[in-house]
Amino acid sequence: MTDVVVTGIGVVAPNGWGVAEYWDATLAGRSGLGPLTRFDSTGYRAHVAGEVNFTPEEHLPGRLLPQTDHMTRLALVAAEEALADAGADPTTMPDFSAGVVTAASAGGFEFGQKELQALWSKGPAYVSAYQSFAWFYPVNTGQISIRHGMRGPGSALVAEQAGGLDALAKARRHVREGTALMLAGAVDGSLCPWSWLCLSRSGTVSPRRDPQRAFLPFDADASGGVPGEGGALLVLETPDGAAERGQHRHYGRIAGYAATFDPRPGSGRPPGLRRAIDTALADAGIGPSDVDVVFADASGVAERDRAEAEVLGAVFGPRGVPVTAPKTMTGRLLAGGAPLDVAAALLSLRDGVIPPSVHIGRPAHPDLDLVRDRPRPARLGSALVLARGHGGFNSALVLTS
Amino acid sequence: MAEFTLDDLITALKEAAGADEGIALDDILDVPFADLGYDSLALFNTLNTIERERGITLPDETVVEATTPRMLLDAVNLGLATAG
Repeated sequence: MTDVVVTGIGVVAPNGWGVAEYWDATLAGRSGLGPLTRFDSTGYRAHVAGEVNFTPEEHLPGRLLPQTDHMTRLALVAAEEALADAGADPTTMPDFSAGVVTAASAGGFEFGQKELQALWSKGPAYVSAYQSFAWFYPVNTGQISIRHGMRGPGSALVAEQAGGLDALAKARRHVREGTALMLAGAVDGSLCPWSWLCLSRSGTVSPRRDPQRAFLPFDADASGGVPGEGGALLVLETPDGAAERGQHRHYGRIAGYAATFDPRPGSGRPPGLRRAIDTALADAGIGPSDVDVVFADASGVAERDRAEAEVLGAVFGPRGVPVTAPKTMTGRLLAGGAPLDVAAALLSLRDGVIPPSVHIGRPAHPDLDLVRDRPRPARLGSALVLARGHGGFNSALVLTS
Repeated sequence: MAEFTLDDLITALKEAAGADEGIALDDILDVPFADLGYDSLALFNTLNTIERERGITLPDETVVEATTPRMLLDAVNLGLATAG
C-alpha cells in the first residue's frame, strides 16, 4: 500500500493556540480547563470547560465573520496553520488535486441557537440567511475548501467523538487513490447554553466545579468528562508527492486504521474497541509489542474507563505499554479530540517524549502504565490513538515514524 | 422617507455580510457585487436588513437582478417611494 504521511499540523486547543504553544503546554502539564465563562452556568449540571477564547477579527477576514460559528472560525485558523506548516498553497495546485475531510458532532450549534433566539424573540426578519449553512455538519469542510481553493474530494463524517480518526482514514484513502493533498481531522465544540444543556444531561459530563478535580479518567474518583472546544487538522500526502513540491520533512505515517461499532446493549457480546485495535494493528502490519505508546480515549466515566483499561490489558498485557491522556488538559473536544491526540502522538514520535496525563491522583487500574504529571522520554517508533463516540463508535489509528 | 444612500448601503452590507479588508468600498456604484466579494447569500442577508430597518418589502427578484450598488439603491429608493 502507498505510504501516506503527515506533512503539516494545525492546532487550536484550550491549553495552547497553535502547535508550538499547545505542545509546550502539554509537555509542561499545563491545563486549559477552567470555570465556564461563556455564559452563566447556574442552573446547569456542569460548570467546568476547556474554552478557546480569541478575537476573530484578528485572525479572519471580515466577510467570514457574519457567516461562521465559533468552531468554524477555530477550524479556519487551524487549517491555515496546517497548510502553512506543510508549505502548501492549494490555490497554486491543479484544480481538484487537494481536498478536505472533517469530522463533526453537532455542526454550528451555537450559531443555530442564536438564530432561533432571534426568530422567537424578534421575528423572522431578524434571522440570518447564513443560518442556511452555518449550522450544518459539513460547514467546516466547505469553508476550508472555499477559502483555500481545495476543490478535490470534500466530505464530513459524523461519529460523535470517534469521527476525527475516521476523517483521517478517509483522507488517507483519497491520497492513495490519487488526490495529491488532503487536509483532514476536526475542530469542534459548542459551549452555548443549548448545547451545554444537552451535554450536561448526557450522563457523561462531570458535575464538579473544581477544574483540577472534574476530569479524572482512570482515577478512582472519576466523575465524568469535561467538554472543551478545539482540535487539529492535518495535511496528508504521499512522501513522493510532498517531495515533488519540495517538502521533504514529515511527522510520521498513518499506518493503520479500523472502526467498529458496539453490539446492541444486552446482547452479551463484548464492545468493539478490541476489534478496532486488532484490525488497525493488522492494517499497519505490526503487532501489539511494536506499539510504543497508546493515547487513550479516556472517557472519565468510570465504567467506560474500566472497559478501555481491560481491553488495553488484554491486547498489550499488564503494564505492557505506556498509556497517556493529554486530553486531561483540554477536556473532550467532541469530534476534535481524537485528531488533537493524533497531533500529540506525532509530536511525541518527533521528540521522543510521551506527554503526561494530569490531575490523576488515585489510579484505579494498577495494570495500566499511565504516564502521569511529567513527560516521559522514550524511544518511540509507533503510537496507537483510540477514540470512542457515544452510541457505540470505536476507532483506532496507528502512527509510525 | 429619507433617501437610501450609498453610505447606508455600505453600512448594511457590513452589518449583514461583513467586509473584505482587501477591497475598498468607495467609488463602487457601478462595480458588480460579485467583484466586491458579495455573493447572492450576502445580498439576500443585506436586503433583509434593509427591508427590516426601512419597513419596506422588495420583490424577491431584487437579489438577483440588482447586480451593482447603483441598481440596488434604485430598487430600494423605488420601494421607499412606493411605500411612502
